[in-house]
Amino acid sequence: MHQHTLVVLVEDHPGVLNRVVSLMRRRSFNIDSITVGHSETPGVSRMTIMVRGADDLVEQVSKQLYKLMEVLKVTDLTDQPCVAHELAMVKVAAKPQHRTEILQIAQIYDAKVVDATPSSLLLEATGSEEKIDALLTMLRAYGIRELVRTGRVAMARGGAPTAKPVGGNGRVDRVTEGTLAVAD
Amino acid sequence: MAIAKPPSPSGQRTPYQPAVTEQRPKVDPPVMNGAAITCASLEAEGVTTVFGYPGGAVIPLYDALPSSGLHHVLVRFEQWAALAADGYARATGKVGVCMATSGPGATNLVTGLANAQLDSVPMVAITGQVGQPMIGRDAFQEVDITGITLPVTKHNYLVQRAEDIAPTIKEAFYLASSGRPGPVLVDIPKNVFLAKAPFVYPTSVRRPGYQPTSVPNMRQVRLTAELIEAAEQPLIMAGHGIMLSGATDLFAAFIERTGIPVIFTLLGLGSFPESHPLALGMMGMHGHRHVNAALEACDLLLNIGARFDDRATGRIDGFAPNAKIVHVDIDPAEIGKNVETDVPVVGDAGEVLKLLTPEVASRRRDQWTGWIDAQRNRALHEALEDRPETPEPYTIIRGIAEATNGEAVLVTDVGQHQMWTAQYFGFDYPDRWLSSGGLGTMGYGLPAAIGAKIGRPDLEVWAVVGDGGIQMSLNELATAAQEGLDINVAVINNGYLGMVRQWQDLFHEKNYSQVKITGPDLVQIAEAYGVTGIRVRKDAEILPAILQARSTPGPVVIDFVVEPEANVYPIVPPGASNSEMLHDLRFRDTE
Repeated sequence: MHQHTLVVLVEDHPGVLNRVVSLMRRRSFNIDSITVGHSETPGVSRMTIMVRGADDLVEQVSKQLYKLMEVLKVTDLTDQPCVAHELAMVKVAAKPQHRTEILQIAQIYDAKVVDATPSSLLLEATGSEEKIDALLTMLRAYGIRELVRTGRVAMARGGAPTAKPVGGNGRVDRVTEGTLAVAD
Repeated sequence: MAIAKPPSPSGQRTPYQPAVTEQRPKVDPPVMNGAAITCASLEAEGVTTVFGYPGGAVIPLYDALPSSGLHHVLVRFEQWAALAADGYARATGKVGVCMATSGPGATNLVTGLANAQLDSVPMVAITGQVGQPMIGRDAFQEVDITGITLPVTKHNYLVQRAEDIAPTIKEAFYLASSGRPGPVLVDIPKNVFLAKAPFVYPTSVRRPGYQPTSVPNMRQVRLTAELIEAAEQPLIMAGHGIMLSGATDLFAAFIERTGIPVIFTLLGLGSFPESHPLALGMMGMHGHRHVNAALEACDLLLNIGARFDDRATGRIDGFAPNAKIVHVDIDPAEIGKNVETDVPVVGDAGEVLKLLTPEVASRRRDQWTGWIDAQRNRALHEALEDRPETPEPYTIIRGIAEATNGEAVLVTDVGQHQMWTAQYFGFDYPDRWLSSGGLGTMGYGLPAAIGAKIGRPDLEVWAVVGDGGIQMSLNELATAAQEGLDINVAVINNGYLGMVRQWQDLFHEKNYSQVKITGPDLVQIAEAYGVTGIRVRKDAEILPAILQARSTPGPVVIDFVVEPEANVYPIVPPGASNSEMLHDLRFRDTE
């Protein structure tokens, strides 16, 4: 059991998120987080899906995803060098006597202050889940009034795109035939 | 790790573009309303018959129907429209088409769509939807049918503009019939049926995300051939995919060359003549003893076009325990889903056989086939030939097989009669065994027989059903009568929901809970529907009744009153492996 980061390129059609999520639910695949947004190609959306499970489960997830007409490309970034970040906004209670400490903590974790009131600070932080978790642990003592986390977005390191739409110039592996298959 | 889609058959790729299917015509295309475009698009796909039921949201569509060339079969319940389209599709190999109105009409199609999805049957369903301004307002007869059918269709659409109808229907037929076939639903709002647009039927479809692999990877084919050469006791598991691929001739040539015996999944029956010495019969929960013995003993199992359904495999860890497993399937997601595979081959059964057959040597395997033959339960067959006074299901099914020379299209419902038919009919022809395998839809028999007869009027069509299933779809006798269809319905009437009763008998200490079922006098019911009814209470009456039904025009119902508590044997208990099957104590070998 470990967490997998899947990058899924889909055609930007109405209902496509519903199709992806419905498939995951029906096949009992557990989604830890899912983010959706535009990609570099007009008409193509990019999803980052975190699923938890054995490797063969993840292979089955990607095969099932490929059965959706709108799915163009599935990439598993789990064992690849990649940048995987999420964004968190946290509204923390900040009494005058705590304000300096909170600002120091924010500095340690590279969090920006994006709003302030006499009694609170709104911090914005990006980074790995571990980093965000650590920041939140530090802030908890002061009182977290509100929290939002986006879930992970990820991109492979290096000059090449993480996932090109089908029909692009990328080399195609035959992994869909299972572990025994190799590229021709 | 990039998890890539397999390349398209040609291996060629074109740069990605959003799907554009519009064609620029030389002359101004005719301007028609959406309903007329729908009919014209269906005709452009070669559709001649649609099964459906009208209602508010599709009144515009039904307004356009009479002036189209389409023959509309009015069913008595929308579920049977979907299953009639299913029977039509299985019997003809073409895409079956059904239509229904919004709301309850559309939801009634759902079971038929799920049935087609699980059995990979090509189908297009057209549903009406409330007008676009009303969508989302819980309007009269509004349901979110694309949302509801998401998990039971290969794909579905909500059409937003009249000019999108033709490209959508084009794409729906392409998706339904290509790759692994399945049902596709097209939902069209009432105002879109009424809106006008130029009618141009596209000539091509572009779906960059849909590229089914038909030609397999040659490396996998060679690995398969090597395993076949090395195997001493190989076995082929033949599935529905062979028929969906139209590959029965290639399959027969492959069997003849390799000398490998063949076992069948429920839906694989008909992919190779059962009368051939290398055909062993059905496998799995109600498979023959020698078939499951062969599975236990084989050292190579080559699955062509089947999906390792749990009713076929029994408990997975006891399935083909000594065999290496090769799995040929057009759907990569099926490989490794249920059974661990040694050599996966993604491709169309026919394309795989074309490449595989020349790679293997011609061979006979007499020692292996001789061993399998010795496992046959001869005592059972002798006992079955010993005929009691009460009609036996075995005798009825063999009687139909012999009277029709095994050439009839045989449609069943779901339950004991289905398993008896699968065990004993002896299927020698492809696409003439129509049964709800994956979903197990009771009521399937009569509507599917109607669809089959309309699709193949040249063939004799028999439905073998139970007294439970026929009471689900009995109203379709009216459809059969209205259409004047020459179909024969053999009811194996035991007064029980027999398969459930059998499980309660064998696995729940005879706790017969809600399985005793009464029914109407089927002869009088038949007559009330204006069709012929015959009752058979004695063994000696079986054959004359079959012959009478064959010579009587129009629908005929034969009510075969059989022994109430006969069980289907063998049976693999739920959760057990195929080698742990139970046999009929009365007929067990003395060995």
